[in-house]
Amino acid sequence: MRIQFKTSYDHDIRLFPDRHSLLVYGALIVLALALPLLINEFYIGEVTNVLIWAIAGLGLMLLTGQTGQASLGHAAFLAIGCYANTILIEQGVPFVLAFPLAGVLTGVVGAIIAIPALRLHGIYLAIATIALSILADDIIVLLEPWTGGVSGKFPDVIRLFGIEIERWTMPVRFYYLVLGVTVISTLFYRNLLRSPLGRAFAAVRDSEVSATAMGVHIARTKATAFGLSCMITGWAGALMGYYAGAFNNETFSLVISITLLMMIVIGGLGSIHGAFFGAVVVAFLPQGLSILKDSVLGSGVAIPGLETGVFGMILILFILFEPMGLYGRWLKIRIWFELFPFARKDMFRRQKSYLKTERLR
Amino acid sequence: MDGVQLLVSGLANGCVYGLIALGFVLIYKATEAVNFAQGDFMMLGAFVTLGLTNAEYLDLPFWVAAPLSIAIMAGLGYLLDLLILRHLFGQNQTAVVILTIALGFVIRFFAGAIWGHEPQTLESPLALGDVQLAGVVLGLADIAVIVVTVLLTWSLYQFFQRTKLGLAMQAASQNQMAAYFMGIPVRRVQGLIWGLSGATAAVAGILFASKGAIDPNAGLLGIKAFAAAVIGGFGSLPGALAGGLIVGVIEPFAARYLAAGYSQIAPYVLLLAVLVFRPHGLFSQVRTKKV
Repeated sequence: MRIQFKTSYDHDIRLFPDRHSLLVYGALIVLALALPLLINEFYIGEVTNVLIWAIAGLGLMLLTGQTGQASLGHAAFLAIGCYANTILIEQGVPFVLAFPLAGVLTGVVGAIIAIPALRLHGIYLAIATIALSILADDIIVLLEPWTGGVSGKFPDVIRLFGIEIERWTMPVRFYYLVLGVTVISTLFYRNLLRSPLGRAFAAVRDSEVSATAMGVHIARTKATAFGLSCMITGWAGALMGYYAGAFNNETFSLVISITLLMMIVIGGLGSIHGAFFGAVVVAFLPQGLSILKDSVLGSGVAIPGLETGVFGMILILFILFEPMGLYGRWLKIRIWFELFPFARKDMFRRQKSYLKTERLR
Repeated sequence: MDGVQLLVSGLANGCVYGLIALGFVLIYKATEAVNFAQGDFMMLGAFVTLGLTNAEYLDLPFWVAAPLSIAIMAGLGYLLDLLILRHLFGQNQTAVVILTIALGFVIRFFAGAIWGHEPQTLESPLALGDVQLAGVVLGLADIAVIVVTVLLTWSLYQFFQRTKLGLAMQAASQNQMAAYFMGIPVRRVQGLIWGLSGATAAVAGILFASKGAIDPNAGLLGIKAFAAAVIGGFGSLPGALAGGLIVGVIEPFAARYLAAGYSQIAPYVLLLAVLVFRPHGLFSQVRTKKV
């Protein structure tokens, strides 16, 4: 059993709670760096996919998990990041500048969109963002001179400090690029949580009334959360564009938005681990299912819609039995071991609660 | 005459949106949750009727099959609440939102597995025939849709305004604990409302399938019904119908008078505009709470 003795308030906001976790995450980074030596190029591509989904998940997690605003329109921001990056590079901006700029641009657009959306709570926000997701598809077609419309676009080979990076011919280099962005995004997220702004996010999520009473400017905090969330999502979008190799108006559809939201729920809302766990599920579920289907029914039997159906069922089970997601399950197992003889089953029982109307806010 | 024709067909379409929106509003009014699977409920209701009516399935007469499928969908709604949604009692809205989206996926999958993914038509007596009225051609189905929708909205409105159960449902949504203390069996009331919305979805499904073909993806129509419910004001039954009519009428007019790319986005632009200027919809039942 490991006990953290906190002797000062600064201990609450340390980057790593103790030396043990520093060691664990350090080992994880070393493993990630050494991965291309351990597995072949096909699997490196798959891992890259997981990482890109994880970045997108981090983006949405910041908004939904941390600030409590469910968005069903994040595919639109993925699209903005992707198109902004590609168009900037076409204009001759080097990748080193274009890529961060694409994220910032997405963030600015997100914050601007958030200003009218700030008046909306929970369900209304979700619906407004659905509309956004649907609009994005049509707007991309309407802006054909820039976006290529239905015929789509192909991202150029990345040139980073004279090194060429391409997803198909050099998957290992692309992997390292994505890994770098992942680490930066994760550190950014983690550091944000340690800052006053991050705590303001949590306060807004838990109770807007108490947050106001504590001097948090609700509207500004929500808009900032939207902007920062969209920035990370924009980066993920740009990387998704490179990973796909070609994209058009249908690449970033409402389904992607929904998948993204479901992903962070399966992973565990409000935790960085959750984004990664969820990404692993989303990226490997299709393969896993097809392998399972082939072994049960024999290959060649096609069941349309099986993937989404199973995905939906998994999700329902998670919300019913494990609302904290995979991360919650992992936490429970860990705590069981840490407390070994003293762990009790009802420690995590959900409290009884009653709903009060949200109409009168 | 062109405009009148567009208006009438728009109204008929809008009534279907209004009926689905009615389902959303019922649930929202009584449980403060939003059922994102309502569109898929509608699709399922249509397919259940189709399975009972069509010659290649059970081949029952339409007038037997329609009430039967409404009853089946009502039972299904109640069962769903009993098995799944009751466990989320008192949890926040986001959990319910995600749960119902997932439910929609599952329903779509099962409908596809049972009835296939090809569009099918319901062999309904409503599907036959047109009526010519002062130069405007009206499908019999369109008239049926309009009449049924108006009747249903009116009776549900009366139900919530006048009956004890309807008032209990409203009370249960505003403050669950207070409702318990007043002796309202909140859980059973919520089960009943899910059943009621299932029945409404079945009616919408039957009417929709009478107007044209139905396939498992028809549930995506629910998103447009959402726009309708929000425009009308979530929580207001006449508002849902009005919102549905607005969306339904805007669509054909936008398709007729705007360029191709702009016409599809018209309902959503309207939705966003309404959300920005009147966040609680045009027929909002909310008055700002003064502290």
